[in-house]
Amino acid sequence: MRKLDRKLLRDLYQLRGQASAIVLVIAAGVATFVMSMCAYRSLTTTKDAFYRDYRFADLFSSTHRTPDALLPRLRDIEGVAAVEPRLVYDVLLDVPGMSEPATARLISIPDRGQSELNQVYIRRGRMIEPLHSGEVVVSEVFAKAHGFVPGDQVRAIINGKTQVMRIVGIALSPEYVIQVQPGSILPDDKRFGIFWIGRRDLEAAFDMTGAFNNVSVRLALGHETDHVIDQLDRLLKPYGSVGSYDRDEQLSHRYLSDELSQLRGMAVMAPAIFLGVAAFLLNIAVSRIISQQREQIAALKAFGYSDFEVGAHYLNLVFVITVGGSVVGSIFGFWMGANMMGMYEEFYKFPSLEFLVNWPAVAAAFLMTTVAAVVGTFVSVRSAVTLPPAEAMRPEAPPSYQTSWWERLLPKRWIAPEMRMVIRNVTRRPLRAGLSIVGISMAVAVMVLGNFSLDAMNYMMHFQFRLAQRQDLTVTFVEPATESVMYEVQNLDGVLESETMRSVATRIRFQNRSRRIGIMGLLPDPQLYRLLDADEQPVRVPEYGVMLNSKLAEILGATIGDQVIVEVLEGKRPTLTLEVSAIVEEYAGLNAYMNKTRLHEVLLESNVASGAFLKVDPNRIDAVFAELEERPGVGSVTIKNAMMQSFEQTVAENILVMRSFIVMFAAVIAVGVVYNTARISLSERQRDLATMRVIGFTNREVSTVLLGEIIIFTALAIPLGCLIGYGLAAITTAGLDTDNYRIPLVVSRNTLLLAASVVVVATILSATLVQRRVKRLDLISVLKTRD
Amino acid sequence: MNSSNPPTARQSVFRAVDIAKIYQMGEVQVHALRGVSVELYEGEFVVLLGASGSGKSTLLNILGGLDAPSSGTVHYLDRELTASDPSQLTRYRRDNVGFVFQFYNLIPSLTARENVELITEIATEPMDALDALDLVGLKDRSDHFPAQLSGGEQQRVAIARAIAKNPKVLLCDEPTGALDVQTGIVVLQAIGQINQQLGTTTAVITHNAEIAKMADRVILLSDGHIAGIERNSTKVAAQDLRW
Ligand SMILES: Nc1ncnc2c1ncn2[C@@H]1O[C@H](COP(=O)(O)OP(=O)(O)OP(=O)(O)O)[C@@H](O)[C@H]1O
Ligand SMILES: [Mg+2]
Repeated sequence: MRKLDRKLLRDLYQLRGQASAIVLVIAAGVATFVMSMCAYRSLTTTKDAFYRDYRFADLFSSTHRTPDALLPRLRDIEGVAAVEPRLVYDVLLDVPGMSEPATARLISIPDRGQSELNQVYIRRGRMIEPLHSGEVVVSEVFAKAHGFVPGDQVRAIINGKTQVMRIVGIALSPEYVIQVQPGSILPDDKRFGIFWIGRRDLEAAFDMTGAFNNVSVRLALGHETDHVIDQLDRLLKPYGSVGSYDRDEQLSHRYLSDELSQLRGMAVMAPAIFLGVAAFLLNIAVSRIISQQREQIAALKAFGYSDFEVGAHYLNLVFVITVGGSVVGSIFGFWMGANMMGMYEEFYKFPSLEFLVNWPAVAAAFLMTTVAAVVGTFVSVRSAVTLPPAEAMRPEAPPSYQTSWWERLLPKRWIAPEMRMVIRNVTRRPLRAGLSIVGISMAVAVMVLGNFSLDAMNYMMHFQFRLAQRQDLTVTFVEPATESVMYEVQNLDGVLESETMRSVATRIRFQNRSRRIGIMGLLPDPQLYRLLDADEQPVRVPEYGVMLNSKLAEILGATIGDQVIVEVLEGKRPTLTLEVSAIVEEYAGLNAYMNKTRLHEVLLESNVASGAFLKVDPNRIDAVFAELEERPGVGSVTIKNAMMQSFEQTVAENILVMRSFIVMFAAVIAVGVVYNTARISLSERQRDLATMRVIGFTNREVSTVLLGEIIIFTALAIPLGCLIGYGLAAITTAGLDTDNYRIPLVVSRNTLLLAASVVVVATILSATLVQRRVKRLDLISVLKTRD
Repeated sequence: MNSSNPPTARQSVFRAVDIAKIYQMGEVQVHALRGVSVELYEGEFVVLLGASGSGKSTLLNILGGLDAPSSGTVHYLDRELTASDPSQLTRYRRDNVGFVFQFYNLIPSLTARENVELITEIATEPMDALDALDLVGLKDRSDHFPAQLSGGEQQRVAIARAIAKNPKVLLCDEPTGALDVQTGIVVLQAIGQINQQLGTTTAVITHNAEIAKMADRVILLSDGHIAGIERNSTKVAAQDLRW
């Protein structure tokens, strides 16, 4: 081994504490990056393969009842490669021992066997046999949640009649990689299941022979979706189509895309934070070594080592650290990524979801780390390269200290001499002090960023399901219910309060933007299903005009006073021009509301209801639910508390793992910055400190000089970090803003406190480590050495 | 003995003509050298003597290729140092010059032997590192780190390091400056011995006139000028110096 390399290794060993801290900071950034990128690759590859192999459709449309005779015309649309007509119905299931409602989505399978698009992958059991009545294949998550195995039977209330279905297989589909019920935010495995059933069975039950109510389309390669959508809508309109949409609006696909974009976001943010901090730490560490080794550099150069060799020597030191960090980070990233796959397997159902290493990303991580390190140490290393050897013979000029404004401001006796030394030292190097503070604040920010999502979720739940919606049960009817049906429902034993609503499918337009949404007609002053503004204050439903939720208003670019066009996609399909009368806050979905009476008027209908919100005596909830389920016209019943609980459980399970990583990473940053800063101060000032000890200062007083700096840094870093964390949270929420849901920007006091405490603990820990060194300071040898 | 040969008969190793060095310190110009012309001959032992600030280090650094004069020319054998670029100067130092510094400048993380090997690794015709340490009487301390050696021992390691590559010239800037008398003598002995045994042209800076008695010639510097050059008729061995 070259002696210069041996020197490098020994120097590195000398620096082991600092070097490992920097390695860990780099590793944390690389791990997060590698984890996200590997997860990204695994998910995309698996998704694409599943979509391709099981022929996931490109366009989707539901209608009321379309005769099969229309199919040839659909197939003739230019750009259409395949058309799959289906019957799709949501029905209530009667699962023994389960008092909560479950919705089954029944999807027809053609009598000839497998469908052409959105094919079913059989995980266990077998496909239904053509023309075997009563056989179904059930989606895996639902089967798992209820412990169904092939051979089991389930009862469904199909068009008012209870029917027995025999499960013959457990399956997956590219259309339901994640099974989210429309209107929910997260999947609910227990309460929403997909059942594939022979077409003949559904035709019989719903009297749909020779017709379909749902169609999927696969595009020919290289065709514009917009054109095909227009043609589809034109043809299907007479049959009650509520508008076609592409994969972007398909729920399962949407969730996958959102997940992928989150992974991308993480892959950008993590390296930016961690490598930024690492660059700073390398900067202070390397500039310290280089100034310490001035005379060694001079000797090397005097003996004929070239500037290049000297520069390379120090860069190699940096590279050992960055390569170490990248290797540790990559390995940890693989491990985290594999873990992540385990978590994904709970949510996203693919025939198989394998963890794939994203090697280009690993290479990119090494490259990014190297670049960050070179940027961080460039100036110091260049100073070593350009240091004229004759110059280096002379010791560096002693640092110049100044009394600053604050000392003149405050009477001398107010500040102890130790403290004065601390403050002078801090103010002498404002840039480094500033960067140390920013570095520590990054630890706080990472904590805030990592934990705010839980705050946001909690707030969202609280806002939506406690403040806004105060019903216990939500009932929807298969067909708009008459007053007498509503009367019965409202007078069930145990129902304390109730409100009805009317909802219709519409396409809403403003200028050149439009969206398919449901408009809900509500009573003027609803008490159960309330609409709130951003300040959590209830908003009355005005007599005229339409209310948009904030996301819809944003997408349409409409504000209060604008005239929007609403095409009703049901019944007589009137087109209305309505003024936006209010904008309400909601975190999930795109919704619009209007006065219920007014809605009846424009639809030219009597006082009917699509559903009702019920407040129920807590002891009677199960009974009311059971009664509702029996009723033929009831399409679905949701128990709010049950839904919230399962939601919270899912969130809690998944956030827990991520949270522990984040706490760990934040601690790594905090320890890295605090320990390095303190170690370098110690190294730069050990002569001063030793001198202080020799002239009679106590260990404690000497430590104050050293650690006072760290305490000041941490104290300033905490508020700054909270601010930065809030800013990063804001960027994140903006990035996660999708049509499905929006994350409110909420950071709770607990999150801030937790962030601060983790950093304070990390500070105390590193301070203790450094203080042990102060105690062991060898006074004689320190004073003897030239520095 | 080398000293018995007339120096004029020897080949000149260094020839500096009218060199000046001016440092610009803000508004002020510091004239470290004001037109120095001097020759150093093969195999001779020269002492540079002068008060602090007289320009000794500046002159030595220029001869060693560590620094360039503001004006004037310096030749090393046939090579014009003043016309060389930094990488040529690096090459020149690597192949020809051994330095000994006042503060030793050893690499603390390398043992005595490794400190020497650090230099022999990049030299063209080096001697064995242990032989070099043997020359300064430290063969048995070769595995010790600088921190485990006394100042004098460190300086002897520094000498071993300087001579291990068999340099043509050995340039020492106050090699005894940080040492006590006894240790200083040991170090000077080592230098004198190298000069005699290997015939290495040697220049030693000091402001101690007593040390000058070891030299073939003494160059007196004063305020950037050469104030005089004295030839010693009799050289005193290091161990006989008194100060
Ligand atoms: N890099 C520099 N910048 C400014 N002035 C310098 C520099 N190097 C040397 N000098 C000045 O040049 C003059 C000669 O310096 P030099 O180091 O050669 O003196 P010296 O004879 O070696 O002194 P000493 O015996 O104290 O080492 C001094 O006045 C010194 O202050
Ligand atoms: Mg000098």
